[in-house]
Amino acid sequence: MLEIKCPYCGKRSQNEFSYGGDATIKRPQLGDEISTEDWDNFVYYRDNPRGKHSELWHHVSGCRQWFKVSRDTATHEIFDTCKMNEDFNV
Amino acid sequence: MQKYSVFSLVKNAFTNHENWEVAWKDPEPKKEYDVIIVGGGGHGLATAYYLAKEHGITNVAILEKGWIGGGNVGRNTTILRSNYMFDSNAHFYEFGMKLWETLSQELNYNVMYSPRGIINLAHSDAQMNAYARRGNSMRLNGIDAILLGRDDLKKMIPFADFSETCRFPIHGGLMQPRGGTARHDAVAWGYARQADSMGVDIIQNCEVTGFDVNNGKIEGVQTSRGNIKTKKVGLCVAGSTTLLADMLNMRLPIEAHVLQACVSEPVKPLLHNVVTFGAGHFYCSQSDKGEMVMGGDLDGYNSYAQRGNMPMIQHVLTGGLAVFPNFSRLKMLRTWGGIMDMSMDGSPIIDKTHIEGVYLNCGWCYGGFKATPSSGFVFAHTIAQDQVHELNSDFNLERFHTGKIIDEKGVGPKPWIG
Repeated sequence: MLEIKCPYCGKRSQNEFSYGGDATIKRPQLGDEISTEDWDNFVYYRDNPRGKHSELWHHVSGCRQWFKVSRDTATHEIFDTCKMNEDFNV
Repeated sequence: MQKYSVFSLVKNAFTNHENWEVAWKDPEPKKEYDVIIVGGGGHGLATAYYLAKEHGITNVAILEKGWIGGGNVGRNTTILRSNYMFDSNAHFYEFGMKLWETLSQELNYNVMYSPRGIINLAHSDAQMNAYARRGNSMRLNGIDAILLGRDDLKKMIPFADFSETCRFPIHGGLMQPRGGTARHDAVAWGYARQADSMGVDIIQNCEVTGFDVNNGKIEGVQTSRGNIKTKKVGLCVAGSTTLLADMLNMRLPIEAHVLQACVSEPVKPLLHNVVTFGAGHFYCSQSDKGEMVMGGDLDGYNSYAQRGNMPMIQHVLTGGLAVFPNFSRLKMLRTWGGIMDMSMDGSPIIDKTHIEGVYLNCGWCYGGFKATPSSGFVFAHTIAQDQVHELNSDFNLERFHTGKIIDEKGVGPKPWIG
């Protein structure tokens, strides 16, 4: 069982959360010249690291806020969590 | 190679079974090979076998970080089927089903192919319509499919919950009678033994640590047991594909996720088919030992750990108990996890790459076991001929650029939802 620290509610059980994928991918800016490769990278391509991974989680059965989690994909250790507009401390 | 038969069994019984030949050797890596396969799982072993058998290429090495068959080929729930709607999938997996039917004879190794039938349960009229459509598509592609009604199923799985007041009443189901199971380890061992007998070197405890690429061409592989030269490399490493692709500066439309499975204590014969619950993620078959082999959803977050967490086991078994309430009294024997190379459309990638001589076989999601023979067959063709076989021509990398994706489930590029 993962114990995830919601930046709004504190430590809660994994059961209350749902996953939102890689937090580092950014949608191409509206108005910019966007190549098809940019779209490919945004929609399909992922770094998929073994180790530290920035990802989105949703406290869906709690405060319903989205936030960021820094987690190890090999050990499942959670290093840090933060709000969407913040950066990790660790 | 020693042929396995009832006579060899009797003959060896006289010497207390102490004189059997080893099934495959344990060679030192040579300096150079024509083809190197990275990954000694089902797909890697099958690829080496078909390279030797179909294409006469026998100067081949299989490099395996651990021991052969220790990854997903030893961790799956052994289900075989070709009940797909899309043509690309249907043709590819049906080709595989035909290979499965004669695999034990071909390999002289009992893979215990058991065409016990796979039944997908339907729990609404809409789902029955969807299954009728899928069944029709399958039959148009020459695949066996039968639409079952509620009364048919009452005879086949009488212990399922057929009450009319339950949350997801059973309306019927779609069955592929030729679908079923096989003994997963035997598949790996059978391919290994035949490949070895034709001259393939199976090199275990040999981790690939880098690639020698020069002018866009592969020249060799760096390993924990020294550098090995080669002109062709096939990657068959499932969940670890991204780790090797990183060494080749290739970014892939893949995420690694953990999928768990579990077995109960063994009980007397009860469940004679493979059954999937249609209103949640749960599927089950009974092994020859009597254990209920069960599986379901991904844990749902990126993971390279070959173990999962209890919430998903609980979620899957909750679905299981909804359809088979009598399973509540079974004791759990063990659970385990494997790393799935989840592609962004749920279909595999078997293709050439931007590096000459590097071939990619990945993206099997949670369906790799049934594809072992067909994947090995077409990947061997792709490597030997340096061009894709017609059966894997749609499983290319280019589709994530052109948009011709094969999204059988229709969930989009969010692997953890599928």
